[in-house]
Amino acid sequence: MEKGSKELKVSAIKNGTVLDHIPADQLFKVITILGLKDCPNQITFGMNLDSKRLGKKAIIKVADRLFEEKEINKIALVAPDAKINVIKDFEVVEKKVLRVPEQIVGIVKCANPKCITNHQPITTKFETEFEDGVLKLHCHYCEKNTSSENIKIITEN
Amino acid sequence: MPKSLISIHDFTKEEMLHVLSIAQEFEKNKVQPILRDKVIATLFFEPSTRTRLSFETASNRLGARVIGFSDAGNTSVSKGETLKDTIKMVSNYVDLIVMRHPLEGAARYASEVASVPVINAGDGANQHPSQTMLDLYTINQTQGRLTDIKINMVGDLKYGRTVHSLLQAMSHFEPDFTFTAPDELMMPQEYKDFLNAKGIPYRETRELEGNINDCDILYMTRVQQERFTDPMEYEKVKNTYNLTASMLAGAKENMKILHPLPRVTEIAQDVDDTPHAYYFKQAENGVYVRMAIIAYLLGYK
Ligand SMILES: [Zn+2]
Repeated sequence: MEKGSKELKVSAIKNGTVLDHIPADQLFKVITILGLKDCPNQITFGMNLDSKRLGKKAIIKVADRLFEEKEINKIALVAPDAKINVIKDFEVVEKKVLRVPEQIVGIVKCANPKCITNHQPITTKFETEFEDGVLKLHCHYCEKNTSSENIKIITEN
Repeated sequence: MPKSLISIHDFTKEEMLHVLSIAQEFEKNKVQPILRDKVIATLFFEPSTRTRLSFETASNRLGARVIGFSDAGNTSVSKGETLKDTIKMVSNYVDLIVMRHPLEGAARYASEVASVPVINAGDGANQHPSQTMLDLYTINQTQGRLTDIKINMVGDLKYGRTVHSLLQAMSHFEPDFTFTAPDELMMPQEYKDFLNAKGIPYRETRELEGNINDCDILYMTRVQQERFTDPMEYEKVKNTYNLTASMLAGAKENMKILHPLPRVTEIAQDVDDTPHAYYFKQAENGVYVRMAIIAYLLGYK
């Protein structure tokens, strides 16, 4: 059972996945990346909850669903410090650590306006790189970098 | 997927040296119609007469036939056909595609949908690897080696893709760089980081005079208006450098001046008559190097 009055602002789930410590302003990007819009499960969102570390944080609880590592790691692009807790019978049975995937296919738009992927129906592809601790996406096509503050999530298709 | 040449990174050091040695063979013996039964497409989605003529000459010298277009204006592309459809169709007709496109990454994408090798003849401000290969060829030809060369790169080092690719290709050969540029057009940090990581020395200067006498290669570039988004920035820097014959009095005997052409005001006409001018021969070398790239990608050499 989750403890602390802070956590109780969002109702507990019996089984499923809790995504905690999402920066409040990244909540909708996380929803898009995980495709939760089309998810039939019971989902609770909490936004602008107080957080010592983040100031304002968001939380997502998805009942009766486990995410594959490959799937969940994608949210490291916008919420690298998110905590992923797997819940069984109201207990945290597993804590998953996010790892930025080496390759990102789709999801993100290339920030270079002259990149072919912004003009033709082409799935984007990036290699992830860290430069002085800052995440950069290296476009497989135009070979330019998209830095983490410029990450735009593709919402269509 | 057949082997393509999209970016200079697609070739290992060994492949570069191999292609350069094939080019030497072609320069010695220009008539080698080994591709008599082949068809090569030159698809120029944006015009570039110089590059297209060089590739078409190379193809013809190898005995291949050439089809294509020099401008996307009158083609199905202007009717909204996707790049994928154009490439799929053409790759069923020909044995190799040479393409130039205004958008960056277009050639990489084409190489992924094509069933034949693709040579990138320029994708926006991104890559133009055959230019880099002919630069390497010319440096080797004029200096008798590629290792331990002092290169002074002059002009637009910010937007100039030729200098970026040449810098990366030369990094295999222990070079020593000088970067001569106005403040607005200095070598971007990512390339300096690249050199730092490889321990390759470089220095930066604004002055051309005073940095001519100790280099082996003076690599001049044009400030290209089309790369600027701000016209004011272009006006400020377009005439920064003007190399004249009198400035070459103290240059090393082996020093050669290269330029990807076309030049505007950065090299005065009187430089052409000095023994240091090498840019026209450099352009000629482009044909042999492109013959070598085509023959290599088609598995003939
Ligand atoms: Zn791109």
